[in-house]
Amino acid sequence: MADVIEVGAARGDAPPPAASAARRRSSAGRGGRLTPYLFLAPYLVLFTVFGALPILLGVWLSLHQWDFQLPNRPFVGLDNYKELFSSDSAVYGDWWQSVRATAIFTVLSVPLLVVVPLGLAVLLNRSFPGRTFFRAVYFAPYVLGVAVIGLLWRFLLDANLGLVNRLLGVVGLPADTPWVTDVPWAWISLVGVTVWWTSGFNAVIYLAGLQDIPQELYEAAKVDGASAWERFRHVTLPGLRPVLLFVMTTTILASANVFGQSFLITQGAPGTETRSVVWFIVEEGLRDNDAGRAAAMSIVFALMLAVVSLANFRLFRYRED
Amino acid sequence: MIPNEMSRRRLLGLGIGLGAAATLTLAGCGGGDDSSGPAAGNGGKDYTGPKVDLKLWNGFTGGDGEIFKTLVSQFNSEHQNIAVSVATYQWEDYYNKLPGAASSGNGPDIAVMHMDQLATFAARGVITELDDVATTLELTEADFAPTVWKGGIYNNKRYGIPLDMHPLGFYYNKSVMEKAGLDPNKPPTTRDDFTAALTELKKSGVQGFWISPFQFTGGMSFYSLVYQFGGSLFDAEVNKATFNSDQAVEACTWMVDMIKQGHSPSNVGQDAEYLALKSGKNAFTFNGIWQINDLKKSPDVQWGVAPLPQIGSTPAAWANSHNFTIVKQRANNANKVSASKVFINWLSQHSLDWAKGGQVPARKSVRDSADFKALTEVGALAPELEYAAFPPATPGLGEVLTTFYNSFNEAALGKKSPKQALDDGVSKANKQLEDNRKKYGS
Repeated sequence: MADVIEVGAARGDAPPPAASAARRRSSAGRGGRLTPYLFLAPYLVLFTVFGALPILLGVWLSLHQWDFQLPNRPFVGLDNYKELFSSDSAVYGDWWQSVRATAIFTVLSVPLLVVVPLGLAVLLNRSFPGRTFFRAVYFAPYVLGVAVIGLLWRFLLDANLGLVNRLLGVVGLPADTPWVTDVPWAWISLVGVTVWWTSGFNAVIYLAGLQDIPQELYEAAKVDGASAWERFRHVTLPGLRPVLLFVMTTTILASANVFGQSFLITQGAPGTETRSVVWFIVEEGLRDNDAGRAAAMSIVFALMLAVVSLANFRLFRYRED
Repeated sequence: MIPNEMSRRRLLGLGIGLGAAATLTLAGCGGGDDSSGPAAGNGGKDYTGPKVDLKLWNGFTGGDGEIFKTLVSQFNSEHQNIAVSVATYQWEDYYNKLPGAASSGNGPDIAVMHMDQLATFAARGVITELDDVATTLELTEADFAPTVWKGGIYNNKRYGIPLDMHPLGFYYNKSVMEKAGLDPNKPPTTRDDFTAALTELKKSGVQGFWISPFQFTGGMSFYSLVYQFGGSLFDAEVNKATFNSDQAVEACTWMVDMIKQGHSPSNVGQDAEYLALKSGKNAFTFNGIWQINDLKKSPDVQWGVAPLPQIGSTPAAWANSHNFTIVKQRANNANKVSASKVFINWLSQHSLDWAKGGQVPARKSVRDSADFKALTEVGALAPELEYAAFPPATPGLGEVLTTFYNSFNEAALGKKSPKQALDDGVSKANKQLEDNRKKYGS
């Protein structure tokens, strides 16, 4: 996951230094040429040690059958990659099932995690009594660890003993919905819990963005006779565009990295239908001690996410132009 | 809630990437040391050398951890020249941590390990052979139960000295049985009794045998029944998975029929079968021996525990066992190794106190003692040792067993017919076994 963020960051950062270096060359000459690189050096060192080297090591591992505890770790070329794409290998079925699970979760959760917090933020940005209290309430679940929310919701959602089905029964709705053991209910549970859990975080970011939009724009719009919806559509949304890009990107990546929720709440059930990619990679790498295979999966997965992130950046940049 | 077993709740947070990277880096400096031989000291009879400090790692995070520490301090006070210090981790973290720690020289001298982990850790060169301990101490199969004693052997060499065994037991709620007009002191022991009891329970409005689709505990119940019906999970050499045999399909069908016949609700969640037993909604469940201590904490629950009823043609029960192992060290220290052996032997002889922690001692002399027989509940499960179905000693079996449990999950949740689920599972398991053979070269 860090890999992709680094890739994104590097992309964002790359043009400015080059441009400023070019400018310096024409004006200040030789003396200033090193300066930008010296300023970049501390980050570059960290990036090299914790970003680039692990990525390179990962690529190297992915070309081996690698168990660090075994004396022979044979070079296998692209076998670890081929396995992921050949239907008769031991991992093919599990791998694509986990990709599918992750895709379903991401597609279902991201729109909600982008829209619901935006609504919350707009509401919480108004002034009303108890505003601070409600801001805290909506942010509160986010401070809980995944283990806490996972166990909590697993018991609440239990088909036979859980409070959720009990309450549904009281109001006359079906009381035997298998929230955590069958699809599509399991997806509804996972997405619902995640929205409940992390909406507060995105809302806080939106809130900061909203407070950056100059009040005068709203006043001017009002003077021009814009309705509340028109003010939202033509003032708030454009003002939030950079924040939206940030929220979209981080939310997609966070959703694609889902692990704890399905690990604890559905435990992959039914069968392994809700097992996510990150979970599967962890199993291969750390339980089955096949770091090479896990590295190959990580790299393929990172490439998939890089493509999605690129598309995301393009989409927002296009709109800006 | 259930502290044992490695494949469970592998709660690895964000630190995992860093941890993996760290162990990989460590491996660079730690690999390839194969020199530490097993022969050191006199195999555990006594230790007369200079004072040594021993590090011991275990995963006893529950009440059993305290009992273990008490035993260790007793050992320390009886042995002036050996000082054992204990570190306890969650089993999940523990098994991930141990190889890296051992190869970087920061590992323990003695490690407690589940029987089904021994082969993997032996094949990966983390632990060392212990045949000389067995020979010198004249420990033989006769001192233990054959099932548990053989489980410590991998590639004809012994790697583990068994401390205990923890089988699946048959728990029953006495008040629920009474309400249905059953004798609470006579839990069913045969298939006919069992189904008759379920019919009575159903009449009193209780679904009497909740089938969990998860490894804990439905999967382990199915595991037991496969062996009860005369099947097995793998062939003798563990080259092929056989859990789609007619016997296994029959066992699986019997369990799924429990749901179809209304003796169990469908979609039982994790731990729901056990919580329902405690709250009087369920009458019978198969669960690990470790739940005895948990149930003792709930005085308002009227419960009992017995060996699993014989549903199939022969008695059998899933079981696992804690074993002592000696960790290979980068720098071979003969004194430490021989002191470790003294400790292992001493603790194995003093495992009665360990039984109070809720485990059946592996050592026969302890099991036969009057003191052990006084431990009613744990003692009730001791007979299962004779026919316990331990997982075979094959490296990398963890993922294959997960495949087995996942197939059962699909059948129990009605996603596939028992036959279909097990056939699919076996074809995947066979590929995994083949992969493992290539990797571990056996």
